[in-house]
Order: sequence, then C-alpha cells, then structure tokens
Amino acid sequence: MSEILLEVADLRVTYPGEGGDFAALRGIGFALGRERLGIVGESGSGKSTAGRAIMGLLPPSARVGAEVLRLGETDLRGLDEAGFRRLRGRRIGMVLQDPKYALNPLLRVGEQIAETHRTHLRQGRRAARQAALAMLESVHIRDPARVYRAFPHELSGGMGQRVMIAMMLIAGPEVLIADEPTSALDASVQRQVLAILDEQVRARGMGLLLISHNLHLVRAFCDRVLVMYAGRVVESCRASELAAARHPYTRGLLAALPDLAHRRARLPVLARDPDWLEPVR
Amino acid sequence: MKPVGWQAWLLTETPGGRAQARAGRWYRNLRRFARNPLAMSGLFVVLALIAVALAAPLLAPARAVVLQALPDRLLPPSLAHPFGTDELGRDLYARVVFGARITLSIVAMVALIVLPIGLGIGLPAGYFGGWIDLVLMRLTDIFLAFPRLILALAFAAALGPGIRNAVIAIALTAWPPYARLARAETLSLRAREFVLAAELQGASAWRILRTQILPLCLPSVIIRLTLDMAGIILTAAGLGFLGLGAQPPSPEWGAMVASGRDVLLDQWWVATIPGLAIFVVSLGFNLLGDGLREIFDPRAA
Amino acid sequence: MIELHDVSIAYGGRDVVRGVSLSVAAGEAFGLVGESGSGKSTILRAIAGLAPPRAGHIRLAGQEMPRRRTRAQRMLAQMVFQDPYGSLHPAQLVDQSLQDPVAIQRLDDGEGRIARALAEVGLGPAQRFRFPHQLSGGQRQRVAIARALILAPPVLLLDEPTSALDVSVQAAILNLLDRLRRERGLTLLLVSHDLAVVAHLCARIAVMTEGEIVETTTAAHLAAGEVTHPYTRALLEANRF
Repeated sequence: MSEILLEVADLRVTYPGEGGDFAALRGIGFALGRERLGIVGESGSGKSTAGRAIMGLLPPSARVGAEVLRLGETDLRGLDEAGFRRLRGRRIGMVLQDPKYALNPLLRVGEQIAETHRTHLRQGRRAARQAALAMLESVHIRDPARVYRAFPHELSGGMGQRVMIAMMLIAGPEVLIADEPTSALDASVQRQVLAILDEQVRARGMGLLLISHNLHLVRAFCDRVLVMYAGRVVESCRASELAAARHPYTRGLLAALPDLAHRRARLPVLARDPDWLEPVR
Repeated sequence: MKPVGWQAWLLTETPGGRAQARAGRWYRNLRRFARNPLAMSGLFVVLALIAVALAAPLLAPARAVVLQALPDRLLPPSLAHPFGTDELGRDLYARVVFGARITLSIVAMVALIVLPIGLGIGLPAGYFGGWIDLVLMRLTDIFLAFPRLILALAFAAALGPGIRNAVIAIALTAWPPYARLARAETLSLRAREFVLAAELQGASAWRILRTQILPLCLPSVIIRLTLDMAGIILTAAGLGFLGLGAQPPSPEWGAMVASGRDVLLDQWWVATIPGLAIFVVSLGFNLLGDGLREIFDPRAA
Repeated sequence: MIELHDVSIAYGGRDVVRGVSLSVAAGEAFGLVGESGSGKSTILRAIAGLAPPRAGHIRLAGQEMPRRRTRAQRMLAQMVFQDPYGSLHPAQLVDQSLQDPVAIQRLDDGEGRIARALAEVGLGPAQRFRFPHQLSGGQRQRVAIARALILAPPVLLLDEPTSALDVSVQAAILNLLDRLRRERGLTLLLVSHDLAVVAHLCARIAVMTEGEIVETTTAAHLAAGEVTHPYTRALLEANRF
C-alpha cells in the first residue's frame, strides 16, 4: 500500500439510551491508501456509523472517541462543526444511497455543483460553471448543459447518483466515502455508476471507502474488504480472497446468499455465536 | 436499574396478553410525557380546570355568584373577597370558580361536535376520492371561506345570544380544518401496504376506515383540537365580551372581562382576574397539545 | 391455478402492462423478474385484485375474477409486500393483525388459527402480543406471511419479499417460503429484481421489460446461461459479479 490518506484506530461511538449506553462502534481501525476499501456488514453492524463518524455527521448525542482519526496530516478528533465543514467536499466527500435527499430540490443541479466549487476553490462564477460542466461530462453525462439546468426531481436514480459523484469530486477531495451508493438502482445502472466511481477514483488517485451490505458487489469492486459485525471489524482480507474467508460470520454470510450457478435446496441460516465479537488474526 | 414488580410487568418485552401489551404501551407513553415539564404543567392546568369545575360548590358558595351587595361594589382583593368584587358587589372568586364550569362545558361541547363532523367528512373524502371527495371538500371550502369570528357572530346574532348558540356557532366554524387534516392523513395512509393487506382480506371500506385509518388519524386530530382549544376558549370569551355569548348574570369569563372594561384603570382586578383565568387555561391547553404531539410523533415511535 | 390471458393494465392513461399471458400450475413456484418500471409488480397487484386490468382475463383456481371480487374470492390469493416496516399496522398488536382477517372472513376457531399461523412461520407466543416496532425486520416479514396464510389461500403473491432484509434473514425467509410451498401445496408467484433469489425459489421464470414478458425460461436454463432474448442476456450479465 502506498501513502496513507485516512487512518483510523480504536474508533468508538456510543449513544446514551434509556436502558444504558448503546455501543454502535466498539473500537474499529483501518488505514486507507490510494485504493478501494469495502466495508460490508448487515444492518446494525455499525458500517454506516463508521462513515458518518469520519465525516463528523453523527447526531450531537453520539459520543465519539478514537486513538487515531486522521485525514492526511489533519487530526479529526475534537474537530468542531466549522472545521468539518471546511473539510467536507474539499478533502473528503460522501455519496449516499439516495441523491434525492442529498440535493436541494429547489436549485438546479448544475448550480449546486458550481456552488461547491465556488465555496471551496473561490475562482469565480464563470470558472465554477465551466468546471461543473466539465465534471458532468467526466461522469459520462451525454448532455452536460441540459443536466446542468435540470432540477433534482427531473433526474433518474442513476443520473442523480452521477450528479452526486460530480458534486462530491469537483473540489478534488483525497478521500470519498460512498455509503450504499447503488443500492436503490437497477443492476444494469448499478454497474454503470460503479464503473464511473472506479474510473474517477483511479484517475484522481483517491482513496475510496465503499460501504455496502452487498457482498458480491464489494468482492467484485474493491481491493480490500473489512467485514463488520456488532460494531467491530471481525475480518479484513483482500477482496479476491473473500471466498476463502476464515471468520465463521463471513463464511455464514457468503453461504446464505442464493447463487444462480449453484442452486441448493436449502440455504444455510446464520447461527450467531457470542465468540464472533473476537476478530480472527 | 432493572424494573421490578408492576413496572416489570408493564415494561416487559414479551407481554402475555392484549391487555398487558396495551397497558405497557400506555405506560411507556406516560413516562415519555412525564419527562416533559412544560407538557406536565399543561396537563396540570387542564386537570385543575376540570377539578375546579367539578368541585365548584365545595370551593365557593353557589349563591355568592349572583349575590349583589351594592355597598361592597368594586372592593379590592382582601381576605373576605380574595379576588375582590365587581361593579355589582359580587364576589369575583366565586364567579371565576363557577366560570370554570362554563369554560369546561364549552370546550367539551365544541369537541363533541367538531370531532365527529371533521372525521366524518375527512375520512371518506380521503379514502374514496373521486366525486365523493369533490363534493365533501367543496362543502368544506365553503365553510372555510368565511372568517371564523364573523361567522360565529352572525350565527350567534341569528340564533340569539346564549352559551348554547355560541357553542354551535363556534363548532360550525371550527370543523373545516379537521376535515382537511383527516383527509390529508387518510390520503397518505390509503396506499400504505397494511391498508392494501386489509383490502385483500376482503375488509369493507367502513371496516378499513374504522380499524386501519381512524386509529392513526385520531392522535393528530386530537392534538390539533387541544392546540385549538385556546382559540376556542378565546372565541367564546370574545363572544361573551361582545354580549353574544353567555348572558348576565352567568359568570362567563369573557363577559366578566367586558364588564370590568369601564373600570380597568382604577379597579384593575375586575377585568384582569377573569382575563388571567382565560390566559392560564388557554396556555395550559397549548402546552398539553405540544406535549401530546411529542408523544405521538411517529418519528419517535 | 393462476391464469392470465392477454392482460393489459393502464396507469395514468398509459398501458404499463401490455398483453401479458401466463399460467402457473397448482403447487408451482413461478418467478417474474425485471428492472424497476417493467410492470412486474403491477401484474402482481392485478392478480391480487388491487389494480383491475384494462383488458384481458385473470382466472384463479379456475374462476374468472370480476372487477369487484366477493369476499370468498378474496381468499384465493393473499400477498406479502416488500417493506416489512410498512406492511403491518403500526398501532396494532401482532395478535390484532392476525385476528382481523379471521373476523372479516368470519372463520371459526380464531384462537387456534392464530397460534398455528404463528407457529408455522417460526414465531411463538412471545411475539404475539408485541407491536411491530418491537420486532426485527425478519420477524415482521414472518408476521406478514402468517397474516397472508391465516386465510389458507391457495395462492401466495410475493412482491420483493426479501429485498429489504439482511442476507442471513433473507435465507431464512426463502427457506420458509419453500417449505410452505412443499408442505401446503401453495402456489407461489414471486416478483424480484434479484435473479439469484428468483432462481432459488422458482423453477419457471418469466423475464419482463417495458410491460411485456420477453422470455419465459427455467431456473436451470438461466443458471446455464441458455437464454434466447438479448434483454435476458443483458439482465443475466448485470446480475453476475
């Protein structure tokens, strides 16, 4: 692995609750270089909490602690909202599942992309507009001028997600966090969006953190994979070696997937084991 | 701390029967409500209003309400007359206490008229759509187009002044927003999958409205009603103030404020004390409504 | 058991399903796959009686389905929806959700039916008196299946029943559906965008796009990649990672 863009060690997130505190993250750690790192896990495993903690997007009631939480040379621990706002978009971007909630419904999408450019790079209106159009073109939008003038509700799911990617990349961040970026899309569109994501991340030498519940997708798309269970990383391996995963949770997940090529009468059902909270070495 | 005894019975995750599960839900809601001090103070005011109205004869002698004692007119608050006396020498304390009965009866009667009309028009309009919706909503629009106080004034003037007519006038002008609210809620619920499932089971429209949609509409309608109560009390007081509501010598708070108007500068208590009663009760209903809204907020469920 | 003959369904003045015919035998599991907007869910709703067709005939258990079904005809087909959070009434106990269909259809032995239906989907008395928000996604979907089964319909219509669930929960629900089909002779019609899920449960599969069935094939052919229509091939390609 090359230079480390994002480093996390012993990241913990707890929510105070009525019946005692709830630990959403119980100490996770990883280092992201210029690569595509996947985080998989089921709902409640803490995978989305991890992405949001790095972006400083957790609700105020969450208690966040970490030994190391570093973006390049910047320590993210204890950073206030204004500090995070300067980083978001400029140095770290995030693509969410549904672009409809991430875009302002009252503004033309091109203006929103240009606005991001102006906020972070301060090169004036004309330059921002040129950059936004070029960015739309680079995410393979055939008619950038038309899409520039469109409102978010006029875009299809796949188009919306391309716009989101364009907006997140325009200020040239070092790291992109994509949380279930294609889960709401049809399989064919899903592929196109992933290909665009891949192309951009490679061309710009960025680090990509892809958060997903979809094992197939992460295996096919990422270089490395972290498997999360109950707020911990239980396994970390190369994506190509996921099939040979050792942790019983990972193996259970893989076995539970119906497979077109190997049809079975019954799918094995995961029997959870308290020992899984211990990571395999 | 682990709950024990009856608390454990109420808070269990695996209730043994319907009654226990329902009681547990109520208890949980109650605990949420109890954590909100403003809502609790609202509840306290409303309960106090009910208690005072029920126990009025115990708190003050009924005959003091109308007992005129001209030598004692316009006395400031004292031990004998805690709130002072009015321009006819009547004890203001007794009048305010018995006035609670009038306010409570107005509130109850308006609620009893407005809820059935609002739900009865809004639910079918939202569920059936089409021409039923069109007819019912145009009817609602007609009522909505009149300014509320003016219409209430017109009704009161046409039907003759008096509490009962004032209530009818207020209720007739108050229901349209409820019909609209119920319709909007029904529209958002009718395509939900649990409603479709009930249709698939062969449930009649009446049954779906009653068992599936009404229980989910009712909280927001009741919250709206609680929040509107302040306005209703004020409208009733306004009608009383203008002489179109309760008639003398009935101790209606609005009418009492009106009678103290002439002496407001020198004998402030005559108008201020019933005015304060109106203010406190209106505020109480508003706080209660806000608290209820927090409990029933679906995002918190 | 299910017969569609030249069914077209209009929505907003436009035909979203055009001239679809299909036939599913009793005890068979039949799959409908396609991408969003292909009309696959609309067909399911038409069979359930929620979206009356503009043209064509729908027959269930040999009976022609009229526009307005009788209460007895309602019992022929029940449906399980995609969203386990939206398909149960949020203010009703599980018990109430299961009691309503019994009351509507005026069936006897409600108590026994509820207990058996819960047991059949792997739930018990512990879940019976809970509200939906006290259950997990998988448990809710089991309740939805129990609610559909309590009327003992010969046909169960499944609209993306596992796509909102975690992989491990999906496996358990798929196993449950397969067991119910074999033990009770249920006829299943499964709609999904996930080819692997459909092929796991169904022997025969129809591929839909733009309101039409372009190919009807078998799970075995699909697995072997022996398909004829270019759209099916593209779908297969997109599903293979």
